[in-house]
Amino acid sequence: MRPEELSRTLERLLPGVQKPARYAGGELNQTVKDWDRVPLRVALAFPDIYELGMSNLGLAILYDIVNRQPDALAERAFSTWPDMEAAMRATGLPLFSLETRHPLSDFDVLGISLPYETLFTNALNMLDLAGIPLLTADRGSTDPLVVAGGHACYNPEPMAPFIDAFVIGEGEEVILDILACVRAWKGGGQSREALLRHLAGVWGVYVPSLYRVHYHADGTLQQVEALFPEARLPVIKRIVAKLPPPLTRLIVPYLDIAHNRIPIEIMRGCTRGCRFCQAGMITRPVRERPVEEVVEGIERALAETGFEQVGLLSLSSSDYDDILELVRAVSARFADRHLDLSLPSLRIETFSVELMDLLQGNSHRSGFTLAPEAATERMREIINKPVSTQQLLETARAIYQHGWHTIKLYFMIGHPSETLEDVQAIADLCKAVLAEGRQLIGNRAKVTAGVSTFIPKPHTPFQWVPCDTLEQIQAKQALLKRQLRGRGLKLNWNHPQETMLEAWLSRGDRRMGEVIYRAWQRGARFDAWSEHFQYDAWLQAFQEADLDPAFYTHRDRPIDEIFPWDHIDAAVKKQFLTEDYLWSLRGKTRVDCRERCFACGILPKFAELRRSNPGEVWECPEVRSPSRKRAAEVIPLVPA
Amino acid sequence: MPEEAPFRYRIRFAKSAPLRFIGHLDLHRAWERTLRRAGAPLAYSEGYNPRPRLNLGLALPLGCTSQGDLLDVMLETSWESEDLCQALRKAAPPGLLVEAVWPVPAGTPPLQRQVSSCEYKVDLAAAADAARLQDAIQRLLGSDSLPRERRGKSYDLRPLVEGLTLEVGERVERPRLVMQLAAREGATGRPEEVLLELGLDPLAHVPHRARVLGPSSVRPEA
Repeated sequence: MRPEELSRTLERLLPGVQKPARYAGGELNQTVKDWDRVPLRVALAFPDIYELGMSNLGLAILYDIVNRQPDALAERAFSTWPDMEAAMRATGLPLFSLETRHPLSDFDVLGISLPYETLFTNALNMLDLAGIPLLTADRGSTDPLVVAGGHACYNPEPMAPFIDAFVIGEGEEVILDILACVRAWKGGGQSREALLRHLAGVWGVYVPSLYRVHYHADGTLQQVEALFPEARLPVIKRIVAKLPPPLTRLIVPYLDIAHNRIPIEIMRGCTRGCRFCQAGMITRPVRERPVEEVVEGIERALAETGFEQVGLLSLSSSDYDDILELVRAVSARFADRHLDLSLPSLRIETFSVELMDLLQGNSHRSGFTLAPEAATERMREIINKPVSTQQLLETARAIYQHGWHTIKLYFMIGHPSETLEDVQAIADLCKAVLAEGRQLIGNRAKVTAGVSTFIPKPHTPFQWVPCDTLEQIQAKQALLKRQLRGRGLKLNWNHPQETMLEAWLSRGDRRMGEVIYRAWQRGARFDAWSEHFQYDAWLQAFQEADLDPAFYTHRDRPIDEIFPWDHIDAAVKKQFLTEDYLWSLRGKTRVDCRERCFACGILPKFAELRRSNPGEVWECPEVRSPSRKRAAEVIPLVPA
Repeated sequence: MPEEAPFRYRIRFAKSAPLRFIGHLDLHRAWERTLRRAGAPLAYSEGYNPRPRLNLGLALPLGCTSQGDLLDVMLETSWESEDLCQALRKAAPPGLLVEAVWPVPAGTPPLQRQVSSCEYKVDLAAAADAARLQDAIQRLLGSDSLPRERRGKSYDLRPLVEGLTLEVGERVERPRLVMQLAAREGATGRPEEVLLELGLDPLAHVPHRARVLGPSSVRPEA
């Protein structure tokens, strides 16, 4: 369908759907190139609605990078809400890009962002609405190359049947390498397989169709076999040596989106080593952005967007080396501009009253967030987040004294070592914090407890651990619901069935692909939205695929089991994770690796990169002498 | 012109087709950001949650375009109107057209209180049945009351319709409805209600608000 015809139909549909601006495009700072004059066309898709996808920094960064190439263009697409989907299917309208309303099937590359697993069925739905064959095996030379990236890709196996190539790791440089492959292949008459094999040679790209998975009789993984010489084992994640300059020319949405702000990463990676945290493990090494670059970035972004809020993002903001200097500099430079500074992910241990003083002028409406996760010393040692109750209460006092009325506390339940006493301690701790607040500011004090349910994620020391059963989770949540109610107390919790879905999908193997497909066929969509999540569709899909969901979640795994994601290398050695897991069983903790390096595996793998990027940019120790390792194990500076 | 802050300015603008699906709150936000990009020193309200002092006059229903739309803004320092106009033109998003900017004396009542009615123009399909429509218009104008229901509430449409004509012939390319609807507190006529009453499909038409009547919408001669 040509864009003109699509537009005509769209103009008639839009007045009849909710929030038509989701599908209209035309925002300030969007890039519209001349379609006929630009040979390489990339569609960047986020598989949820506009308001969520437009808050995703990764997509915005890739959009900017692709559009800077003179011979390439990037346009956006998001999931359509069910009312729009129904209207589109009824009128035969295919999924289209916002900028020029070209059907997604007209693009050379379709890049799908997969930051978390509950977006999988939406991703399939986008392919279907776009008229692109869902299975890699069914795609031909005129179908777009379907690429996926994001944290969920660190276990790519469940989506392997549907994605031509996964990006493992950071996308800024690898996207250009992928474009180079497509550029060289396009119009050359070679087969699609030739393109895929060429892509497999790019550092950070995993092409699942070039591998075959073998299973033992009991269903566990025996081996991932490479079928072609280009298929590497393992597939090593891609990282950038240092953070590229921050994106400032952000698209300014008209709609109210999830995060109405300028997002600037101040740091990637994390040195704390909390055992449950996948993000902390897979985004290593820690690389910080210089203060001056952050401040200049804010200045430019304000001029280009007019946003009223800035978010300084990282996994652990108060660990950033120069956090006080940064907040001081930002507060001083933008003092008279009514700029709201958001600094999430503050650590209790590196919290300081001075930092509080500097942040005081900012918006206090949404409350101050801390993440103790556990409330007893025993659990804290198991998960390796040893924050004392004393520290937490002191911090809470300081927060209430500096103008905040609400403190949000994040906790985690569901680790199999956890008892009901540990859960009771969570309730007691919340009440203790509230008591501090009441003493200082009376009945205005509030505590909101956000209690998530633990999922043992791939590439973490807990990947051997089973999940709690539904009954165990429900019992723990029932205790908290009974205790955390009444004036000043609020409890947010995850629906246990939604937790199970995320657990299945994040720990699945390639056979899970059939489950996802069948669930989608049965109407599973927007699984991350409680009002749309259909647990029964998933149970039936498992049954039809002849798989037992409990196999993925409730099994005790032997220490030497090969996992479906082992061939994806996050550069933190499995040996390190194994040791850390065994330590967790003894309650033995590890300090922040800024204090001492535990040789997790990052440095040997990226030694060359570290040596050519010395100094404070990385938190890992310096590498001075040439690596003594064999050349094959070391990542070269320039990808082969 | 008052000598002390804050200084009030009126902006006349057009919301054209690319912005058709931007609602009132979204438009308010878009104007805040446009003013910030232009470097205008916005004045903020007092209190716990300071907001920029911006008054977008009369809400335009979603799906409509407009011209001669009005917005009042308060600035901390005074600017030359022409400079502000140029800066806004540069900073405005595609489809938001800045027509004129001029200072407004302190003490002028807020925009909403000054507005009395709005004029809408709706282009119809070339094949529209002009004769049937003329009949429907006459019937509408001849009624004493037109009970209707909107969002579960009953109301009378007739007093909200101050004028309604159909333009056909050489002057216009396609038949065009021109309606003048009341725009007062608690008595606001909506163009899609008139379309429905005339047997036309609101989803197939784009009402264009051509004029807001009441407040000074003309830039005074310097």
